[in-house]
Formats: sequence, structure tokens, C-alpha cells
Amino acid sequence: MNKTALKQEEVTIKFAGDSGDGMQLTGTLFTNDTALTGSDLATFPDFPAEIRAPQGTLAGVSGFQLHFGSKRIFTPGDEFDVLVAMNAAALKSNLNRLKRNGTIIASTDGFDKKNLRLARYEEGISPLEDDSLEGYEVYEMPVTKLTRECLKGSSLGMKEKDRCKNMFVLGFLYWRYSRDLQSTLAYLNLKFKAKPEVLDANIKTLKAGYHYGETTETFTTTYKVDPAPMKKGVYRSIMGNQALVLGLVTASQKSGLPLFYGSYPITPASDILHGLAAHKNFGVKTFQAEDEIAAVCATIGAAYGGNLAVTGTSGPGIALKGEAMGLGLMLELPMVIVNVQRGGPSTGLPTKTEQADLLQAMYGRNGDSPLPVIATKSPSDCFDVAIEACRIALQHMTPVILLSDGYIANGAEPWKFPKAAEIDDIKVRFEQVSDEPAAFLPYQRDDKYVRGWAIPGTKGLAHRLGGLEKEANTGNVSYDPANHEYMTKIRQAKIDEIANFVPEQEIDNGSDESEVLVLGWGSTYGVIQSVVDELLEEGQRIAHIHLRYLNPFPRNLETLIKRFKKVIIPEINNGQLARMIRDRFNIAVIQYNKIQGVPISKSELKYFVQEICSTDK
Amino acid sequence: MSTLPANGAISKLKAKDYATDQDVRWCPGCGDYSILKQVQSVLAELELDKDNTVFISGIGCSSRFPYYMDTYGMHSIHGRAPAVATGLKLANPDLDIWMITGDGDGLSIGGNHLIHLLRRNLNFNVLLFNNQIYGLTKGQYSPTSEVDKKTKSTPFGSLDHPINPLALAMGADATFVARSMDRDPRHLKEMLKRSYFHKGTALLEIYQNCNIFNDGAFFAFSEKQSRADTTIYLEHGKPLVFGSENTKGIRLDGFKPQVVPLKDGTYTLDDLWIHDEKDLVKGQLLTRFFDDPRTSEPYLPRPFGVLYATERPCYEEMLFNQIEYSIEQLGAGDLDKLIAGNTTWEIQ
Repeated sequence: MNKTALKQEEVTIKFAGDSGDGMQLTGTLFTNDTALTGSDLATFPDFPAEIRAPQGTLAGVSGFQLHFGSKRIFTPGDEFDVLVAMNAAALKSNLNRLKRNGTIIASTDGFDKKNLRLARYEEGISPLEDDSLEGYEVYEMPVTKLTRECLKGSSLGMKEKDRCKNMFVLGFLYWRYSRDLQSTLAYLNLKFKAKPEVLDANIKTLKAGYHYGETTETFTTTYKVDPAPMKKGVYRSIMGNQALVLGLVTASQKSGLPLFYGSYPITPASDILHGLAAHKNFGVKTFQAEDEIAAVCATIGAAYGGNLAVTGTSGPGIALKGEAMGLGLMLELPMVIVNVQRGGPSTGLPTKTEQADLLQAMYGRNGDSPLPVIATKSPSDCFDVAIEACRIALQHMTPVILLSDGYIANGAEPWKFPKAAEIDDIKVRFEQVSDEPAAFLPYQRDDKYVRGWAIPGTKGLAHRLGGLEKEANTGNVSYDPANHEYMTKIRQAKIDEIANFVPEQEIDNGSDESEVLVLGWGSTYGVIQSVVDELLEEGQRIAHIHLRYLNPFPRNLETLIKRFKKVIIPEINNGQLARMIRDRFNIAVIQYNKIQGVPISKSELKYFVQEICSTDK
Repeated sequence: MSTLPANGAISKLKAKDYATDQDVRWCPGCGDYSILKQVQSVLAELELDKDNTVFISGIGCSSRFPYYMDTYGMHSIHGRAPAVATGLKLANPDLDIWMITGDGDGLSIGGNHLIHLLRRNLNFNVLLFNNQIYGLTKGQYSPTSEVDKKTKSTPFGSLDHPINPLALAMGADATFVARSMDRDPRHLKEMLKRSYFHKGTALLEIYQNCNIFNDGAFFAFSEKQSRADTTIYLEHGKPLVFGSENTKGIRLDGFKPQVVPLKDGTYTLDDLWIHDEKDLVKGQLLTRFFDDPRTSEPYLPRPFGVLYATERPCYEEMLFNQIEYSIEQLGAGDLDKLIAGNTTWEIQ
């Protein structure tokens, strides 16, 4: 039977199920395939902190949201067109964000008595049977039953068979969106190379899902989303933590220094450790330390020894590393400290996103202790920012804080990646004994206030470093009052000077003749971009500036910002950049804060910005 | 002198060749002076390359040590020297690293790191200066202080049971466990050399007198009138004999060490426990010779020397092997391939 494919400009799908249902994998595989079609996309995985929260409960629902389209896509979408609900809890906890008239694909086996009770539906009531889903297009599929049936001949146990059911759903979606199975077949073949029976079962189920769409009369329409108008070039799909890994390895190659990564497992930063550990053939040394403090201290040791030294963690880990970061600052050794932010304070919301560690990065150490802070704005941007953080660290002899967040870390987007040869080398110079007879002065500075890097093992440069205040030039211990003030000022000047070695701030969108500026940093990039894009199209005089360099600020930022009448700062925190901007430039800013562990949605921000645009205040 | 540089010639270097121009700021009479002197002497005797030697310390009186050594050095932060030294060794495994710590730095705030250093077995030396007191903060009891110690922070006596550092080291599967003291320079030098030549993490506990806040803490072991009965100096392959004129020995009754007289004819040297550095069980027993002769009677003598020494692959060695193996298996990394990943598509 011929079914025609209906073209759609953009689609948002939410995959939701129990945390054991494999929704993250299903979403990721569908995303990878979507990328191959040339559509633009953005994803947002959303999972519980518990590895396996009680099955069937609302707390155990794990979700993966994908927004793709034949136009440029900057956010994972506010509301979804399609909700895949593997059980009753998944439906209940996601229904409020399904569009009116949206599609529900429900795995009916997940709506039995037990699942309904666990999802807290009233006794005897099933949303699939009453009229509560009126207005939605509901497809009911007995996924478990169909999976078991198609695996009848398999020697796998019932539990293992049931684990294939996500493949059924995936196969069905491939049919629905006019795809083939090639990319997923290739993935499965690689993944289950050593387990032929599991491989066979997964492939069978995937195909069964596809054929189910094709042959069942219930489904009359398939859809097709065309490629987006992307720049010419070769693309891949990339997640934030992945891009960070690639960026760090690239910085190591481009600086000619072995990469040392000291870390302690923590959500959502662990994937950086996992990723780098796999790249030992690039000479990468990964060290899983006994705790956060050991991780940063080993990183200091490696920096002292002349490696490209990096440590990565999330907010709670940064809190523990604070003292050692102060040591790194005092020693003036190059290193990068990655913070993949999550909801805080304390343990907070480990698997949810937030941008609330900016002030911690700026001020979270004892003493006057300035450090450069730079932030990434999207998954692929992590690559460039990782290299930039390493460059600043190595060329300005200082620890650098790199801020990412959980949303960027686990989100995916297409990436037009560069050729290695297109990336600049990072010039590094180790001190050597000079011909001049003068004694080596470890704290002698160049015109950027940067001291030399003399690594142990170098002939004739033996010297002592430490956390006690240094005498200028000699680096000897000094308690001299005037020296301490001088050194405090010079440490500040050294960081301020970095502004002269980073690009001037540009306007991301709109013009500097506009009335209203939306100023952002970090993962709000996508949502601000979409909102400003739409408002520009609607004729508003508005602009978007997105900051990568948070300390020091780009040297032209003050002039630039002061051209606008109103400055709106949306943040996923209680107003941290807003505070810094007020403090530095003494201007009034308008805060937009969402602190719910999720990204800001386009509609809410647009509504807020529109209101500001239309008031005369 | 006894141990010579590799070429067998007597070293031309002197201890002072390893001293910096910085004024040493320990209190006059501090045991640290002796340890500094012996370390400098040993480096001179072994003609160790200054530029390839690094002293890494934490915080505390002992941790000022690197400032006085004309080598590379880092005075890091409290308790974290094991981690800093680990990172440095992984950056450059060819360096000779000496880690300096104290009973507060290494066993209290940095206890966790010490355990993990010992089990990983990186190839460097750890000198643990134990004076059973916090000196730099002016006299609070430390994790090795005896129970009921009266200090500024414990005016009615301390309650904490003390750590037995060497038993802890055995628990962490240390590969080299030894003890010496500041007031026995000859023995200390010998132990420093043994530590240096051990491949793996060499933990040398050094009893060190703090003459200001805990004067005499180890006098029972160091002073003439008592030391013959309170200490036993271990030598590999030799029976455990001690006491003035070697009148006492230690024999094993099953797993129970027993002090026996040697002169009344009941026991001879043949009955005694023969020291075997490589014997794990005996090493563990030796670290448990931990009686305080000032307060317990009878007591076992405190062992000095190498209690236990074994060989196990070093962490850094294995890490570099893994890197080499990975290059062998996967080929040296190709950056373009890495960046592109497995799946790409082209937009025309």
C-alpha cells in the first residue's frame, strides 16, 4: 500500500519511559540518524539522578527530547509534537508539554494495572481508556507483546528479550519519518559484535517495528523533514562533553604537550574522563583520583612537570578544589579546570542543568584570587572553548576555569568540524638556562606580566615554589607588606591583561543601533538566538550578545553594552551575570531568571522580552 | 663512607652543596635539622642530580623542607603532597621525587591521599616526620599523640586512640615500610638510602623530636639509659636480638611475639625470629610492636629499620605501558579521524 510522506518543517519528539527502558539510547540513535539526513537539530536528555529509580514510578521517568527541522534549530523545543510513552508514568509526567493535537505513541504493556497504580492514576482509571486524551492522536502499540512475539525463536531469556523493545519503537519511528535502518544497523553490528544472539534479537525487533508501521492499516501517514539550509561542508553529530574531549586532545596536539587529565567521577562531568581514557594512543594520561582534591592537586603536579594539565568536575567538586585552585594561581602554573555545572547548592540537582556556578568561579577562593573564566555556549562550541582555555592557560601561565553545563554536556547538535590543519598551533616556551650569568628568577615577568615555566629536570633552573606569598622576581617566601600588595595587584593585572589577547566582543544578532539588548552566556545561547531571530523578523529593534569571556570581559564590552537602552540578562540562576554587569559597569539591567533545573523555553523568554520591548520604561 | 656512588668513587659532593641560601627557620634544637642534614648528606653521597630531584611537601613544620634543598621543590597545601607528587611523577617519571610530610599533614588532613599513594605504589620516597604534635599551629595533639595528652586543645587530656602509621601503611599494601629517628643519624642515612633504592613508594617514618611542644616524646627510644631495652634494630636475615649486651631476643610462639632472655641458657639465637623483610605476615606483626614503654609493662621493643619490603609494579610504569600498548594496537592518534568520529555527512 502506498502511503505518501507528508513534509514537515520541524518536529519535536519526546522519548519517555522508565529509566531502564533505554530511552536515552533510543533518542541518541534517532538523533544520529536525523543528523545524517541533513536536518538541523538540538537535543535535551532529561533523566533522574537514580540509576534505576523504582520501576514504573513517576520519579523513575527518563526522557530524551529531540527537535529537528528543515530550518535552523537552536533549542530542543518547548513543547513536543510527538510523545513516545513507554508507560503510564511517562505519559503522566510529560503530557503537560505535549502540543494540543499532538501525537501519543503509547506502549500499552506499560499501562497495565500495576503501572497505572505506580503512576498514581486513580483505581480503575486508564488514560488510554477514558476520554482524557481527547484531542490527541493516540497510537496504542503492545510493544512488549510484539517484541516477545518477534523473538519467539530466540534463545535469549525473557528479560533480555524485553530489553529489545526500545528497538521496536525506534524501528517504528524510522518508518514514520521515512528513514532507513542503515545507521542503526551499523551501530548494532559494532556494539554487539561479540554477542551474536543479542545482535540478532535487536535487529529483528528493529525491523519488526519498521514493518509494523508499514503493514498496519492504522497508520496512514509518514512524514519527512527535509535538510536544513546549513553551510556547505562535512558534518558530524556532537555532544558537549564529547566536543570537550576532542578539544582537549586537539590542544594537546597543537601545543605539543602530553595531556594529563586528573578527575574524580561526578555527574555530569564523568563522560569527559571516560572519553579521554579511551584516547591513550594520543599519549593522553587519565588519572582517576581518590577524590576531587587529589584530582586537582595531581593536575598541579602535572602542570609543574610540563604537561597540559586539566581537571574536570561539577560544582560540588569545584567547592572541594577551591584551596588547590588558589595554589595553582599562586604558583602561576598553567592548567584548565572544567566545571560542567549542575543544579546546586550542595548535592542539589545532579542530573539537571543550571548556570549557578559563575560567581563561584569568579570569587570562590580565599584571598584576592582572580582567575580567567570562559564559558561554552553549545555542544559544538565546547571544542573551540576547550582549545581556547588551554591557550590562555599556557600563554598566560594561570589556571583557567571553563564553564559548561549539564544541558550542553549531554545535548547534541550537528557540527561542521574543522580539519586539524586549520587549527592554530599553541606556542609554548619552557625556560632554559640563558648564557647570561644572572641567576634564574622564577617570578620575573614579561610584558604581559607572565612568568616563565621552568620544569623540573631542566639543567640549572632548580627553584622552589609554594603557596606562601612570593617575593617579586625571586619567588622566595616573603612576608613584606608592600610586596604582598604589589603581588596581589600584579596577579590581578596579569589576568586583566588577557583581555588584550582575546577578540573584541561582537554582536551575535541584530545591530548595535537597537533599543534592547539580550545579553547571555553559556547554554542560553540557543534560546536567546531563536527569540531574537523571531523578534527581528517581527520588526523589533533588538540585539543579542553572547559572552564567551567572563573574566576578564572583552575590552570593548562596556562601550558596546552602553549603546543599548535596555539590557535583559536571561540566566538559569538567580542573577549572577546580572550582578557582575551591574558591579562592573554600574548600569541597570533587567533580569530574567529561571531556576527549575531545565533550560529556558523559547515561548516564555519571547513573551518576557516582548513585554520589555513594548514598554516605554 | 659506606654506600658509594655507582662508579665506586668517593663522592666529591658535600651536604652543603645541596643547601639553599635561605635561612633555616625551624626552632633551635628541632629534630628537623638533623633530618635535613642527613638528607643533604645522602644526596651528596649518592651524587644525585639536583636538577632531576624534586622535594614536594604539604603544610606544617616539616613541610618547609623543600625551601632548604637546592633542588626543584614545591611547598604545596595541607595534606595534598601525595597527589601533587603523583601528578608530577606521571608527567615526568624520570624525576627523583622525595615527598615530605608530617603526622598531621600525612595522617590527619592528608590521610586519604597517603593510603591511595601507597596502594598505587608510585616510585618515590615518602619521609613522614612524626613528632606526635602539631607544631606550626602551636601545640595541639596530633593523630599520633598518645591518649590523654594534655595540650591547648585538650586541657583535660586527648581522647583519640592514636594512629599506628606503619600498620596503616601495611593495611594500604605499601611495598616499603621502614622506621628511623632524628637522633640516630647513621641509621637514618642508611634508611634514606634504602628508601631511595626501593622501586615503588618507600614510606620512611622518622621519629622527630619537637623540643618546643612535645619535648622528649621519643626519648625512651633515643636516649642511652633506656634505648637498649625499648628498641630493636632490624637486619634482614638476622635474629631479633636487643637489650644491653644483646641479652634479649624475640621468638614467635605461633603468631605471638615473645621476649625471651638469652643469657640464662633457656633460649639460644637459634630459637629466635629471623627477620625477613619480604615476609608479609611478619612485617604486619612487626608494625604491631607498638607498646609505649612509658606506660605499658611488659612491652615489646619498638622496631627500627626496614619492617617490610616487596616489589610490585609501579603505577606510572603501568600507565606508560598502557599508552604504548594503545599506540601499538590503535596506531598513533590521527587527529582528523578523531575529530570526524565514525559517522559524517556532507552538505553540498
